[in-house]
Amino acid sequence: MAEKRTYEVIFIIDPDVAENEVMQLSEGVQKIITSQGGSITKTEMMGKRQLAYEINHKRNGTYVLLEVEGSGAEIAEVERRMRVNDQILRYMTIRVDEMRRRADKLKDRRARKAAKKTAGGKASKAEAQTEPEEEGSAA
Amino acid sequence: MSSNYEDRDRDFGFEREYDRTMPRGPRRMMRRKICRFCIEKVDLIDYKDVKFLQSYVPERGKILPRRISGVCAAHQRMLAEAIKRARNIALLPYAAD
Repeated sequence: MAEKRTYEVIFIIDPDVAENEVMQLSEGVQKIITSQGGSITKTEMMGKRQLAYEINHKRNGTYVLLEVEGSGAEIAEVERRMRVNDQILRYMTIRVDEMRRRADKLKDRRARKAAKKTAGGKASKAEAQTEPEEEGSAA
Repeated sequence: MSSNYEDRDRDFGFEREYDRTMPRGPRRMMRRKICRFCIEKVDLIDYKDVKFLQSYVPERGKILPRRISGVCAAHQRMLAEAIKRARNIALLPYAAD
């Protein structure tokens, strides 16, 4: 239960919202997270960019990315708040700790495979070296 | 019995082996595709990297099938997931024309 998880929360703010309000909004979101016991490890304002499709008849949006560490309860809370907030066009939360763990596992496996391969190569070389010796001793 | 034998003979037949090892003719000219992600040793495909993902999303907005791109199954799965995430937050289109 006290398991620590890492999430990536990304949300799009309405382009009509003024810049200082954008800051306020993202700070507000961060405050909600911290008040619920989560901690923010990374904040990235990705800036205003064009949306690939219209959301609420808007073609642009300001992207904000947060990396959050916590139990998951704070995610439920911010998502609830964002759902009600009209200034937030869209949000998405992704659990990244599992993803990263999987990636590490893949990396590990590859490293082990590579190690095995080189070890195998050395072994066969060693065999090749011993063979002529034997021949020499026989002669 | 005899038909069974014939079947066997065909199975180990010359033609088949030949076809498999040396594709010939204009229709069978197929280069063996290699997974780009495996070569570059990619473990994680980021959904935020739009420019990169776009190379696997043709104009129509669909995900490029791996029969064309040559991506291995594991990496295609990762790629598809990343593209779908990017679509969800409007970094990539669901459908475009």
